[in-house]
Amino acid sequence: MMIWINLAGLILIGLIVWWFWLYKAQSTQIKDGSIKVLVKDGVYQPANITVPAHQSVQLMFVREDATPCAETLLIPELDINETLALNKRVTVTIPASSAGVYPFHCQMQMYRGTLVIK
Amino acid sequence: MNSKTDDAKIHSCCGGDKKVSTASKAVESETHTEQVSASSGELQLNIQGASCASCVSKIEAALKQVSGVTNAEMNFAERSVLVMGSSSSHALIKAVEQAGYNATLANTDSDEAAIEEKEQADWAYYKKLMRDMVIALSLGVPLMLYGLVTGEMSVNTTTERIVWLIVGIMTLGVMVFSGRHFYVGAWNSFKNHAANMDTLIALGTGTAWLYSMVVVFFPGYVPEMARHVYFEATAMIIGLINLGLALEIKARGKTSEAIKRLIGLQAKTARVIRDGHDIDIPIEDVLLNDLIRVRPGERISVDGLVVEGQTSIDESMLTGEPMPIEKRKDDEVVAGTINKSGSIVFRAERVGKDTALAQIINMVKRAQNSKPPIGRLADMISAYFVPVVMIIAVISALAWLNYGPSPEVAFAIVSATTVLIIACPCALGLATPMSVMVGVGKAAEAGVLIRNGEALQSASKITTMVLDKTGTITEGAPKVTDVVIVSDHSHNDVLSLAASLESGSEHPLAMAIVESAKEQGVPIHSVTDFQSIAGKGVEAMLNSQRLLFGNEKLMIDQGIELHHYIDKAQRLAADAKTPMYFAIDSTLVAVIAVADPIKSDSIDAIKRLQHNGIRVVMLTGDNRLTAKAVARKAGIADYVAEVMPEDKANKILELQREGEIVGMTGDGINDAPALAHANVGFAIGTGTDVAIESADITLMRGSLHGLADAIAVSKATLRNIKQNLFGAFIYNVAGIPFAAGVFYPFLGILLNPVIAGAAMAFSSLTVVTNANRLRLFKAKEH
Repeated sequence: MMIWINLAGLILIGLIVWWFWLYKAQSTQIKDGSIKVLVKDGVYQPANITVPAHQSVQLMFVREDATPCAETLLIPELDINETLALNKRVTVTIPASSAGVYPFHCQMQMYRGTLVIK
Repeated sequence: MNSKTDDAKIHSCCGGDKKVSTASKAVESETHTEQVSASSGELQLNIQGASCASCVSKIEAALKQVSGVTNAEMNFAERSVLVMGSSSSHALIKAVEQAGYNATLANTDSDEAAIEEKEQADWAYYKKLMRDMVIALSLGVPLMLYGLVTGEMSVNTTTERIVWLIVGIMTLGVMVFSGRHFYVGAWNSFKNHAANMDTLIALGTGTAWLYSMVVVFFPGYVPEMARHVYFEATAMIIGLINLGLALEIKARGKTSEAIKRLIGLQAKTARVIRDGHDIDIPIEDVLLNDLIRVRPGERISVDGLVVEGQTSIDESMLTGEPMPIEKRKDDEVVAGTINKSGSIVFRAERVGKDTALAQIINMVKRAQNSKPPIGRLADMISAYFVPVVMIIAVISALAWLNYGPSPEVAFAIVSATTVLIIACPCALGLATPMSVMVGVGKAAEAGVLIRNGEALQSASKITTMVLDKTGTITEGAPKVTDVVIVSDHSHNDVLSLAASLESGSEHPLAMAIVESAKEQGVPIHSVTDFQSIAGKGVEAMLNSQRLLFGNEKLMIDQGIELHHYIDKAQRLAADAKTPMYFAIDSTLVAVIAVADPIKSDSIDAIKRLQHNGIRVVMLTGDNRLTAKAVARKAGIADYVAEVMPEDKANKILELQREGEIVGMTGDGINDAPALAHANVGFAIGTGTDVAIESADITLMRGSLHGLADAIAVSKATLRNIKQNLFGAFIYNVAGIPFAAGVFYPFLGILLNPVIAGAAMAFSSLTVVTNANRLRLFKAKEH
């Protein structure tokens, strides 16, 4: 019996590693130079955004989560930090940048997303 | 549904954003709507009463019929509509109302309105969290007390099963009502392959509840000793974490007090003189070159130049300089400062987002959100934290099932739940930003603008401070102190000729001579063939005479005999004066000395720096003797004289090679390369030009005390960050193993999940409260 329980535990650990770290989430391709990002219920929607390289685009954030943590948007590699007012559209302009993966997150990193520029 | 906003911002196609004040005002005041109608571009309205998607086309059609509107696009999800073209907001709102809905102007850009809205939103969220907390604790507390008093939380009889089933359903109610946001957040994160604090709370409380329900429904499958229910833990944890979040919101509000104070400095209206009449208009409507009248006690509304009257102005709120500054015609006045004594009229030179105050607010806001490098480790840990905690919870449960005492299942469930609940990624995540927020704000209150978190951290580590002499240690306004006539020329002749020659130069010493000539009313003539000899002096022709003015090097180069006047010059230099030689047609005619007095508080401020263990080095292009005298007066042992501007940067590099962490303070213009090479560049501003400086740290007042304040506040902030990080690390590093039961074999104790919930809830609060302690920090001037 214990063997099965232990095996189940190990599989659970494997699943945690796979689901949270190894799985490559699908990325949403930006169209028409801008995309709306909803900040709600603990996540950015979409959280993974693909942006063409060397082209300036706009991310339009709408925060519907009153948690103060969600208020700050940081894209450290691009030196962007913005305050997202509640229930307002805040447009963040991403300057034309070279290819790379640029994470964005809230102050406490509970909200996390990635900007894939390629 | 989005909230209704009161302000409007019209993106004008003609460039620049034009703001108008509240919607209600816009609707009420014809002047205001006219202002809107004059602009063409985009305008956003918030719509109320649109409950179905079909309303979209109706509203869009109504708006498109308004004259001047080229397009209207409604976003149903946001209940907002973007109107393009040129039309008055009044007409647009009326059109929407006629279509059967309500509309208000949207998209505020006013800092004050934004703060107000944020406070309202925070208050609403605080009330919600407190309500959720009361509901959860009103079930959790009686249950916990019952458990503590009777020790009976197990399921053995049918009656107990029924009672606990009812309690279980009530707990589910609490989970849905008071803890819904945790579960929804956890589920959404999970779908996105992410995990956060919600995940831990949801898993912890969910596991406790599910296990309890299994005990209630299938007690036969659970060993008798493990038939314990944990409904009280679920309810208590949800209640306590909501309480922690609510208190955190309250504490967070205090961290932004400094920025609120700065925003509060902005005047709301200005008294503009139009067509010969004084009219009060909203500050957003002030245009460039408007003439604005300010009476005693009133606030300056925008940046400008005084055109009439004279007064004294209190600039302390921006620069930290306590003494009011005298202002007369052609002097600059800055938005946010207070007119003390006289009545003045000034011309608006910078309005809206271009004013120094608006730029300072913007800079402080940005700096408050930026992170110093010290926070990077915590960020890296945060990124992996939650899944690691989940794995630890699984390992802990397995360890108890394999090696734990009876009842293994109960121990396994308790330990896994407690591990999930006690772990607090938030305390780690908050440790750095909260302190930066308060520290940068505190610095701004003292007239110190810190560009970003990196500058803040570097400033706390400075070991050597390099100070430029002119304008930094000294007033930067040299005056002629001695004119030693060597030939048969009169004093006035010498001053007149010297001033004529120097009028072509922009060197501060040259300006001192020209100023002196003007003061004494001697004529200044035009010269020809003016030439500046870098680092040495100037020469030019006047009435066929060759005029030469400069230092000893220049005279020696030109073969001019200085006789014993070198001694005289050296004596002047030893008295902290800068001696220069004046020759006509290769004959020395005078030695002129100029002195730049040391600022009254430079000596004290330098002492403060040295007292804090910082080595102070003075750099100057001035001659060795003068430099020595000034350094001695200022209490500086290390000085480097006769430094060309380009060599200043090399000196910084040299100090860095010696292992020093170097701060460089200069006026920000001539010293740009040195400022850029230093670990931290400090620019000394004069109150108005500060916001455009590009230094790491800008001192808004001329006093070097600002420098000591900047370093003191950086050190205090870094100390605070370290306390927070240490606390958060230790909390998790000690708390998680404790929760997993690592100490059970030695001490026989296992942490109760409810205590873990309380600890978790208050760990973030402790971090925010500790950051708030920084608000009490006061830099000492002595």
